Amino acid sequence: MTTATITQPKTLSKTVAGKTVTLTPEQTEAFGRELDALKERVIADLGERDTTYIRRIIKGQRSLEVAGRAMLFGGIFPPFWLAGTAMLGLSKILDNMEIGHNIMHGQYDWTGDPALASKKFEWDTACPADQWRHSHNYMHHTYTNIVGLDRDIGYGILRMSEDQKWRPYFLGNPVYAFLLMVLFQYGVALHELEADRIRTGEISLSDKKEILQGIWRKTKSQTLKDYVAFPLLAGPFAPWVLTGNLTANLMRNVWSYMIIFCGHFPEDVQEFSIEETKAETRGQWYFRQVLGSANLTGGKLFHILSGNLSFQIEHHLFPDIPAHRHAEISTTVREICNRYGVPYNSGSLPHQFGTVVRKIFKLALPWT
Amino acid sequence: MFTQTLTRRARRSPLLELLTGPHGVDRYTELVDRTWTTGEARAKVVAVRRQTPRSVTLTLEPNQAFTGFLAGQHINLTVEIDGRRRTRCYSPASAEDATHIELTIGRHDGGLVSSYLCDNARPGMVLGLDSVGGDFTMPTERPTRILFVSGGSGITPVMSMLRTMRDEGSDREIAFIHYARSPEEACYADELAAMPGVRVLHGYTREGAGDLTGYFDADHLAAAMPEPEAVYVCGPPALVDAVRAHCPDAKSESFVPPVFSAPAEATGGRISFTDSGVEATDDGRPLLVQAEDAGLTPESGCRMGICHSCTRRKTSGVVRNLITGTVSDAEEEDVQICVSTPVGDVEIAL
Repeated sequence: MTTATITQPKTLSKTVAGKTVTLTPEQTEAFGRELDALKERVIADLGERDTTYIRRIIKGQRSLEVAGRAMLFGGIFPPFWLAGTAMLGLSKILDNMEIGHNIMHGQYDWTGDPALASKKFEWDTACPADQWRHSHNYMHHTYTNIVGLDRDIGYGILRMSEDQKWRPYFLGNPVYAFLLMVLFQYGVALHELEADRIRTGEISLSDKKEILQGIWRKTKSQTLKDYVAFPLLAGPFAPWVLTGNLTANLMRNVWSYMIIFCGHFPEDVQEFSIEETKAETRGQWYFRQVLGSANLTGGKLFHILSGNLSFQIEHHLFPDIPAHRHAEISTTVREICNRYGVPYNSGSLPHQFGTVVRKIFKLALPWT
Repeated sequence: MFTQTLTRRARRSPLLELLTGPHGVDRYTELVDRTWTTGEARAKVVAVRRQTPRSVTLTLEPNQAFTGFLAGQHINLTVEIDGRRRTRCYSPASAEDATHIELTIGRHDGGLVSSYLCDNARPGMVLGLDSVGGDFTMPTERPTRILFVSGGSGITPVMSMLRTMRDEGSDREIAFIHYARSPEEACYADELAAMPGVRVLHGYTREGAGDLTGYFDADHLAAAMPEPEAVYVCGPPALVDAVRAHCPDAKSESFVPPVFSAPAEATGGRISFTDSGVEATDDGRPLLVQAEDAGLTPESGCRMGICHSCTRRKTSGVVRNLITGTVSDAEEEDVQICVSTPVGDVEIAL
């Protein structure tokens, strides 16, 4: 977090959907203190309930994985192929979203269980966990929605903000977005490579040698597992296992892409400039996290499958609180935001994703 | 057994490593039975006895990952309490080759783990085993006239040695003085009374008349075994000191954490916890405590310099070991932060 020792009292002002939100320095700090107090209440209450929860999810995920892979061996029968693929896809979604993403945030580090330790966890996707922890936990969560610092704005390949200068390249915005959706795990894996900065000559490929080696190692074993070893084990049924695994990975790619794009790109989510966020206080940081994130509404299962990223606002306020707690605290967060007049962006997946798609198309055009 | 053989074979197979990647075989097998792991030593509690009002005796069935211990050594035991893993150091009381490990855990007033186990231990519970260690052991060539002295829960490594020698069928001359607060608190009294070739003397320090009165002195030594060839003492520091006064060569172990009273000498140096980017000004207490006060949560265990759970890399600066008083040099090395204090500026990878 960019906490400065000496901070200028600053009145915050941001226009959201035509309405201007203004917080005086006193209000901002009071806002921050209320959120800090909420966080402390949750931390003091952490215990067996949380470990039981995450272990139940892990058990569910591993069971789906084993059962799904077993069924795909009989994938020559269409119902087996469909069920096996669906189970494996769900397993990968749970592994990446509710388990991997959240454990790697350190949400369960307090348990002291090495299987739940953020620094040791590795997930079932092409991106190496250690690189993710840097690009996501540190860069994205610290500099959320600051144009020029948060590399999650467009991931270096898309134009997702009007503050990104238009170039003819961006005419292909919808095409790149579609390709990123389908190949999302590789897109995430290549994130830390910062290919756009290599292209502009800002850094060279040799600066990223270790990063590339890490990506290669992880991607190699994931590819060998899903597309070579399991299909070969199935002998004559290899084609069904291969297509099942391919489809399961695609399921996970499309789903996680949709959830993640709904976190910060829907309509009315605010971006910030480096200038605006200089010497931020804790209260100002919280303010930016709320305005820079958007929630998704849905049922319990939907929230679990989204890794509780459907509570993106709560997740960004408190990234290291176990995510299954977000639903409980969201009413309090919302109430606090209401009292201070801070907009709380929330909508259904179709609605939020619709606004994201519109933005992808709109920002391809030079006059936007 | 079948599964254990299977998991052992699986562990060796690069193919299975690949197929179960990135989580690994253990993360699947442990869901069937929490002791089915090859990378982590774990044990299932198969029996629980409460021999005395202030202790609990657990019989543990270790899994294949456990590599055994020598009589007298200690093991880090991990138990999960309200979702958090807690690690403490205990010496088994069982013979070193026994199939089951026996632990007798004395209740420490205010002790989180000992109280939890005394109150809640039940068969079926799974505990973690880790870091077997300690040099409170007997030479392979056993001495012929041995005196054992123990106080309170210090009886456990002595029981392990006695049972190990009993299983070996020794005809050695053995005497054992055990101090407990009262006859009710003296564990293993019946088994000791029936143990052949061992002269057992009980001393009670609070109530009840035993074979010996008061604390260890020359008379107790004379009553048990004059001029023993080897002496082993395990118990509170005062007992160890008393035995050492008469038998300077006695091998000893003390389970009571050393008291780090007032900060010895706060050097006022700067402590940099480099991995977390946190700095603190030295107040003379152990680095672990200072790290925790700075809001960090490093892994730790015994907090008395035994278990090495807290070991961290010191990348620069000098530290003093509070147990041995040794002052390190400035080179990079691993230090036990629970018993190390800074001498001037230090950097710790934490």
